[in-house]
Amino acid sequence: MRKFGSVLALHVRPRAEPSRRMRVAAPLIASALTLIFGLIFFAALGRDPVASLYAFFVKPLSSANGVSEWLLKGSSLTLIGLGLAIGFRANVWNIGAEGQFIIGAIAAAAVALFAPEMPSYVMLPLMFAAGLVGGMAWASIPALLRHRFATNEILVSLMLTYVASAILSWLVHGPWRDPEGFNYPQTAIFPPSAMLPAVVEGYRVNVSIFITLAAVIAAWIFDERTFLGYKMRVGGDAPSAARYAGFGEGQSIWVGMLIGGAAAGVAGMAEAAGPLGQLSPQISPGYGFAAIIVAFVGRLNPVGIVIAGLLLSLLYLGGENAQIALAMPSAVTRIFQGVLLFFLLGADFLIFYELKWMGRPP
Amino acid sequence: MRPRLELRGIGKRYPGVIANEDISLSVLPGVIHAILGENGAGKSTLMKIIYGAVAADAGEILWNGELVTRHSPAYSRTIGIEMVYQHFSLFESVSVVENIALTIPGRFDLASLAKRVRETSDRYGLPIDPFKSVHRLSVGERQRVEIVRCLLQNPRLLILDEPTSVLTPKAVTTLFETLRLLAAEGCSILYISHKLAEVKELCGSATVLKNGRITGSIDPRRASTVEIARLMVGAAPPETQRTPCTPGRAAAFEVRNLSVPADGPFGVSLKDISFALAAGEILGIAGISGNGQTELVQLLSGEKRAPEADMIRIAGAPAGKLGAAARRDLGFAFVPEERLGRGAVPPHNLGENGLLTAHRKGLVIRSFVSRQRMREFAASIIDRFSVKTAGPAAMAQSLSGGNLQKFIVGREIGLKPRILLVSQPTWGVDVGASAYVRQTLVDLSRGGAAVIVISEDLDELMEISDRIAVMSGGMMSEAIPIDEARKERIGELMIAHTAAAA
Repeated sequence: MRKFGSVLALHVRPRAEPSRRMRVAAPLIASALTLIFGLIFFAALGRDPVASLYAFFVKPLSSANGVSEWLLKGSSLTLIGLGLAIGFRANVWNIGAEGQFIIGAIAAAAVALFAPEMPSYVMLPLMFAAGLVGGMAWASIPALLRHRFATNEILVSLMLTYVASAILSWLVHGPWRDPEGFNYPQTAIFPPSAMLPAVVEGYRVNVSIFITLAAVIAAWIFDERTFLGYKMRVGGDAPSAARYAGFGEGQSIWVGMLIGGAAAGVAGMAEAAGPLGQLSPQISPGYGFAAIIVAFVGRLNPVGIVIAGLLLSLLYLGGENAQIALAMPSAVTRIFQGVLLFFLLGADFLIFYELKWMGRPP
Repeated sequence: MRPRLELRGIGKRYPGVIANEDISLSVLPGVIHAILGENGAGKSTLMKIIYGAVAADAGEILWNGELVTRHSPAYSRTIGIEMVYQHFSLFESVSVVENIALTIPGRFDLASLAKRVRETSDRYGLPIDPFKSVHRLSVGERQRVEIVRCLLQNPRLLILDEPTSVLTPKAVTTLFETLRLLAAEGCSILYISHKLAEVKELCGSATVLKNGRITGSIDPRRASTVEIARLMVGAAPPETQRTPCTPGRAAAFEVRNLSVPADGPFGVSLKDISFALAAGEILGIAGISGNGQTELVQLLSGEKRAPEADMIRIAGAPAGKLGAAARRDLGFAFVPEERLGRGAVPPHNLGENGLLTAHRKGLVIRSFVSRQRMREFAASIIDRFSVKTAGPAAMAQSLSGGNLQKFIVGREIGLKPRILLVSQPTWGVDVGASAYVRQTLVDLSRGGAAVIVISEDLDELMEISDRIAVMSGGMMSEAIPIDEARKERIGELMIAHTAAAA
């Protein structure tokens, strides 16, 4: 090992082993730095920074309705993040969860709109299955192209997101537009049998949070206990070792992409059958992209992803509240998301390197 | 006479390791001084401290009697210290003279520099063509480029880190002549090695290191081999016990007319390789690295597939088109030369690293990992092969090279293979662990397995093989029975098909 570099008397050097403590601390450091950034940011905009932060991070959770919204959004983000993390751990980079989310929502909506007579106990499982298969089908395109032709799944999955958006837009402007909808680009409202029941009457948070809870447990078991999960981790942590052991790359690609697609598709179904009850061009407020941040802030670990999902959900709510209370643009949410990821990636440096004060420079 | 270089109480610590402690030595002008020690004894760290690439935590460096205060590689070059690293730092796609021009201060004038390169290389008996592309040079020639690059600076102290590990016996002789000439002109040389015979032949004084400390300062020409070995390792390692080979009748592993074109401009194409071996014998494959061994190993292990299924047969069955896992299912096991990242997953613990290939031995029950069996398997390997580690929960990357190698060899042997392929079994492994690994391979073959060992270390192959084949330029010689194998003959075969016979 050699001295890595030095700035004044502060030396940066590689750690003998990656720090486990830092692996946990890095998201906390990143969150703290994001808050500090927020103070400076609001002050620079001429707002009272403390009041702004209060409006952003505390106010949204100060009512029962706020908590309901927080859990609802957090549930979607967590579900998608869990699915993506399984691929990410195996170096399978599905960046197109947004598109898989939209296709999942479309597939579920198709069931609701074209077979509205079914009773709820048939309708909802069918919609669930449709969302799952729809998301998987969309994710299978980059998987197939990567496996057969070695195309880059990052680009393909990302570009397919825009294709999915265009399909959704065409459907709600064209064939699926509600004939009684005053020409608004949206479908008819789903029948009540196609709506997920609320957990508490009067609030929007619905039973999809139980799907997410089950997914957390399933993801943990998959990662920590199954042989397939182990093989995928080997593929991510040491690709040469996976080749050495004969763990096929194709399997990792397919499993990683399909699980990510399935999770995003189900989240899309839950969004359509939950708070919205119809399709419109703005079905997703960017959940598929925010979930990438969720997966990384959560350290690709199922429990961490739950915490990160709730954190990102709070950022969404804070952004909405800031729009109303502080008259700030909605872009504030995305700024905070980006800054959080930026600080996290920066703080990750400390997992592998340590800073050491060496006294005065020679 | 005033020493050219003097070290006083040099110390260097890394987290968890003492690399050097209280090292004092002096080197007189015109002397070839050896730094002897096992892998991990702290030789390379000490050389980097002398060269200025690493800063010492304690101690002083004196150059011609004057204290060196602000040290760095750039400063070293201004006072006349030059270093040839074990791993070369040349750009493959450009010519020799362009490579040298990059490190020579002053005007960029290739024509006059090429002339100086020719003069210097002729004078010291190191012929190289300045306008040849580096990727077309043999490893021996590349080393010459590195040495000539240093000589152009008129060094007063030349540091060579394990210079002979990549050379044929004949090229070693040439190198020694050059070094003697250089020393006669007054240049001091620090010669790092763990090969006793070379040091006895070349060096006038030696410092022996063990675990970062000096265990002896000797005259290697007078001290006995046993004495020096004891200073290096504490106790002389046991010799490998080799019982007579009684090979089975049928071929356990067979390669027939394996030809594969090179993968990219810097790869080696394999040409018509054929060999077979039976249960109970060890086939050694010698050769200078870069002659197709890397490519061959990937094809034999199944990491890459052969063009025809028939080109590789395991126990008579065509296996050329099978992947690594399918070949392992047929009783094939493999220890690669890279331990971290290929033979083991660095951030996974030893339990999980056992699972990597031993999952087929009942560690996975209906798609679920049996964590108890996983731990038990790893613990049994750690116990049986005396791996120094905290236990199955220790990360692979926390083990020393030798201990990790013991674990990987142990894991592969724990699979009870019918065929074992081992590449560079003792690279970077200390003497004690090396002796153990070699004995283990012999015992495995005598227990009825077919063992293929690919190694750059000819002495090692002579010690354990029953037959030795030699790779050169992507081709493989006939396997020579060990009783008929002579080092000189093998040395000739090593360069038989290289474009530039070093």
